Amino acid sequence: MNENLHLEIVTPLGQTFSKEVISCVVPGAKGQFQILDKHAPVISNITIGVIKIQTKDKAFVFVATSGGFCEVRNNEIKVIVETAEISNKIDVGRALKSKERAEERLKTKSDNIDDTRVKLALSRAINRIHVADYTS
Amino acid sequence: MATLREIRQRIASVKSTQQITKAMKMVAAAKLRRAQENIVAIRPYAYDLRDLIGHLSQINTAEISNKLLEKRPVEKVLIVPVAADRGLCGGFNSFVVRSALERIEKYKDTGYELYTVGRKVSEFFGKRDYPIYNSKRNFFNHLSFEDALEISRDLISVYLSGKFDRIEIIYNEFKSAIQQDLVNEQFLPFVVEDSNTAEYNVVDYIYEPDVESILETIIPKNLNIQIWRILLESNAAEQGARMTAMDSATENAEEIKSKLTLHYNRARQAAITTELSEIVGGAEALKES
Repeated sequence: MNENLHLEIVTPLGQTFSKEVISCVVPGAKGQFQILDKHAPVISNITIGVIKIQTKDKAFVFVATSGGFCEVRNNEIKVIVETAEISNKIDVGRALKSKERAEERLKTKSDNIDDTRVKLALSRAINRIHVADYTS
Repeated sequence: MATLREIRQRIASVKSTQQITKAMKMVAAAKLRRAQENIVAIRPYAYDLRDLIGHLSQINTAEISNKLLEKRPVEKVLIVPVAADRGLCGGFNSFVVRSALERIEKYKDTGYELYTVGRKVSEFFGKRDYPIYNSKRNFFNHLSFEDALEISRDLISVYLSGKFDRIEIIYNEFKSAIQQDLVNEQFLPFVVEDSNTAEYNVVDYIYEPDVESILETIIPKNLNIQIWRILLESNAAEQGARMTAMDSATENAEEIKSKLTLHYNRARQAAITTELSEIVGGAEALKES
């Protein structure tokens, strides 16, 4: 059992976050939930959304994610997600562009475009734009 | 003894070969650095995902029903050798081929087919009339996640269709620039590695939403990532193997070059000596007359 709650965020591009935290709110499959010190062991799906972190020095960090998994055990939170972008590092221009692109595709309905995939791309883009507005 | 001109020509040809091997070594070193960064970045993610599945299924193995975890009686095996698109990388390709042949020997009574990844292995087995189910080649140069997805989807769908009851992957794992380890891994049915079983058994997790639906999303995702990791491993290992192979080729060329230069100088000196003695002999002859 760790003395303090520790959070680790791992993505295919490497480890993006590894620090001791006070609290961490993750977007679970059935809604958001908060993890505090000495939380019971959990394994959960994570959906597209924002991970809200309060670090040891009381600062807030917001991370946009596009889904994955989360495991809590022995005061150790492990967030395994496909993407994790800290709010101040999000490229809003790119997100806006991909949002436009997705909306365009939804409008011009054609058979060869996978509808659910476009919708997912759209919600990912909206999420990123949304999270970029958070300031820590 | 070869003539001076022949030796000179050989030196020139060894020199140009050396230039090529040296350049290939440099290119491989540059590619290796990039490949190494990729593989080092993805490893923690891939291993964490695999561990998480381990935690998930160790607790409830009896209750879980998932088609990708289920073991079936093995009637037909799909062997997936993963190697390079290009040669000139030492034993890299032939190690994979040799290991694949061993597996074929083992399964020849059960029935097997091959899914070759990389041009070199595809050619080897293609020319020899082995049963090839599918082959994917010429993509390592522009390796992308889409390639991994394509292979992984293929493998999962043939497994679910019941055409094959077991899928094994043979690939080179990247250890360091000078070391690659040949790995033989069972891809499907998905095997859960039981490391630290005792420790995790006591953990009573809360599941959100429930074990089945988590497994349903996590296993295919994990398989995609494992294939992606294998492709990256193989790619990095290939560049490492090529770098060492080309390095020793350059060294050998240097050795041959110095040997030939020695021969050349010796031959040159011998020629001068004969010429001198001929002149001296001629002069002596003139004096006497």
